[in-house]
Amino acid sequence: MEANRKETAAQEETKAAAAPPKKGEKAKKPETSSDAFILSASPHISSGESIRSLMNDVILALVPGLLVGIYYFGMDAVRVIAITTASAVAFEAGTQRLMGRPVAVSDMSAVLTGILLAMNLPSGSPWWICVIGSAVAIVVAKQLYGGIGYNIFNPALVARVVLLISWPVQMTTWPEPKPFFQRGVDTVTGATALGKMKESLLLQGDLSGIADIRWIDPFLGHTGGSLGEISAVALALGGIYLIARRVITWHIPVSYLGSVLVMAVIFHQIDPNRYAPPMFHLVTGGLMLGAFYMATDLVTSPVTYRGMLIFGVGCGIITMVIRYWGGYPEGVSFAILLMNATTPLIDRWVKPKTFGTTVQRAGAAE
Amino acid sequence: MKTLTFPAGGVHPPESKHYTEQKPIEAAPLPRRAIVPLQQHIGAPCDPLVKVKETVCVGQRIGEPKGFVSAPIHAPISGTISAIADRPHPLGREIRSIVIDSDGEDRWCDAITETADFLSPSPADLKAKILEAGIVGMGGATFPTHVKLSPPEEKKIDTAIVNGVECEPFLTADHRLMVEKPEEIVGGLEILMKVLSVKQGAIGIEMNKPDAIEVLTRATADKPHVSVYPLEVKYPQGAEKQLIKAILGREVPSGGLPMDVGVVVQNVGTAAAVFRAVRHGIPLIERITTVTGPGIATPKNLRVRVGTPFSDILEFCGGLVGKAGKVISGGPMMGMAQYSLDVPVIKGTSGILVFRDQDLRLTDSNPCIRCGKCITACPMQINPSLLGVYVEAGVMDELEVHHVLDCIECGSCAFICPAGRPLVHLVRYGKAEVLAQKKK
Repeated sequence: MEANRKETAAQEETKAAAAPPKKGEKAKKPETSSDAFILSASPHISSGESIRSLMNDVILALVPGLLVGIYYFGMDAVRVIAITTASAVAFEAGTQRLMGRPVAVSDMSAVLTGILLAMNLPSGSPWWICVIGSAVAIVVAKQLYGGIGYNIFNPALVARVVLLISWPVQMTTWPEPKPFFQRGVDTVTGATALGKMKESLLLQGDLSGIADIRWIDPFLGHTGGSLGEISAVALALGGIYLIARRVITWHIPVSYLGSVLVMAVIFHQIDPNRYAPPMFHLVTGGLMLGAFYMATDLVTSPVTYRGMLIFGVGCGIITMVIRYWGGYPEGVSFAILLMNATTPLIDRWVKPKTFGTTVQRAGAAE
Repeated sequence: MKTLTFPAGGVHPPESKHYTEQKPIEAAPLPRRAIVPLQQHIGAPCDPLVKVKETVCVGQRIGEPKGFVSAPIHAPISGTISAIADRPHPLGREIRSIVIDSDGEDRWCDAITETADFLSPSPADLKAKILEAGIVGMGGATFPTHVKLSPPEEKKIDTAIVNGVECEPFLTADHRLMVEKPEEIVGGLEILMKVLSVKQGAIGIEMNKPDAIEVLTRATADKPHVSVYPLEVKYPQGAEKQLIKAILGREVPSGGLPMDVGVVVQNVGTAAAVFRAVRHGIPLIERITTVTGPGIATPKNLRVRVGTPFSDILEFCGGLVGKAGKVISGGPMMGMAQYSLDVPVIKGTSGILVFRDQDLRLTDSNPCIRCGKCITACPMQINPSLLGVYVEAGVMDELEVHHVLDCIECGSCAFICPAGRPLVHLVRYGKAEVLAQKKK
């Protein structure tokens, strides 16, 4: 052990002389010498991944879902996406400037938040809903918490829930999906599949109101809903891309969708007249958008794989509890936000198993 | 067959070994002036045994070790001592060094003796020869070898492992040594086994060096107690604890050493140095170093005398190309960035790596976005992101319970971090704080 002590003492002397760099500080060249080399701590190479590249990958993965939304909701969808994205970036830059932080809109995180917010809004949302939503997401939920990395709740979901509670009529007015080439001047509105389910249960006491909904429609995107949540298959494809690119891991989507599936199977077995078939629950509402893009938000979900599994199962259970017995037809947003609040706790409980800690150190007992 | 590796963590940086992996080892010219630091190992520095203006022969002992954890230093060239003073050192500060001006004759001392039957001396005599030769860990850690070979009575050692993994990108010195001098490595391992009186010897090599695996498998074919283990290509496969886990499945306990699980690990370069010391009586005065990277005109594997300044070596390799950005002693994952080309090669200099300005990606350190990639990448399975945040916030009390002292500083976390956080730097700083508090 004598040897070990000496080793660590020498390492300490030789390696740890400098103080940690301040946030935002760049490795600089010394300017005193003509043949000055760059000095910085190891490692000297990096994976090349950056916050910006991660955000760009998520945006790319959202493109199929966005295209389906535009296909079914037309220029309205384009308008909503444009307004939320532009205003999110403007709020990000403005707040960062006001708060004296470096303006970092080039990291693309505000763009992503804007797009995700648009995907969580009805395509017919008035412009001021879009702008207020962006303000809540960026200013309140993100920058007031300390900016990127410090927010506890998913910014786009905070905005969606604030809007839903404040303007319930506008936030539940769903234009009927209609391929753009069949689109007339007038927009017809209707309920979402989950809305019809809740209504049917309330009025008729059974599921007769959704008997005519075939699962293939919401699977492909021919259904009412927020502009970016309608096509389960397009969203799942993007999600698989994100897993393949290792931007996210499978743990949250699989545990989230898996626990929804398990609960739906169990309750459908118990009473098929009150509880919809599993496939209906999987493809409707915001589940795919939530499971692949919102619950997996890096900042607001746990950091360990086991923590992610707990998080995903929690999201699944809360989602189904709200869908079955809650006041709102859909529970994805609330479920994820509630689990966001538990993330610090999960990270405190679930720690990685450090190498060498499960074995007894020889002689340690003496 | 399941390929052997360590269970959790690890990263796959580009191997970048194509610069030099096919290039045979060349002898670098002797330096006109050698700068021999009196500290080339972990532990106490040496006292000089010579005075200014004295003449020395090659292999003459010029630095006397102080204490047990130390190793003697020998003259790498013959000539006259011109100074004993502070000189730049690859570890980043000036260290007292003996400067020898060459007489150009490479005049060896007579004391050097051959031992044809290199396994005949007793274990104690073998160990004495290893100590006398000034051998230290040549993978870069430079821990004195005789100390590793002197485990306390209660630690029963049953296996000696020779580490030929060379998982650092760019470096090929160990690779070339294995291909060109397998008999030195195997002989060295046999000597180590005899010193430790163990029956089991192992050589671990990453599978990106099939020629080395083949050569050493052939060289050990008639030695039933020695096996070659091909290992998955994954960084840091060559880290001692990870290597032991991969080959033997044994986990070195937190805060412990390989000897706690009955193992001693030595780098292939160290094994070869042990062989040369015992068989030929040659002290550790030269080593194989890979000079490589996009900033070098002609990358090479060199046999180079200790004390040769980096500037001489770079000149021999055709000089720098482009605008030099970073000169690194060692590999890109754990090497040290150099502030001067006046630093000499020391016993632990496994490579000299030069990046041009354009090869460097200098990024801001952004806030942690909690992606958890560093935790996945960490071979020790600690939480670098949390430690980094604590260190930045000055919360040093929380570091030890979160295993800061288990960090091996391999750099996997900082390599993978999309936020560009200098996690190794932060953790090192935290470690130093914790150790300083413990001393109080």
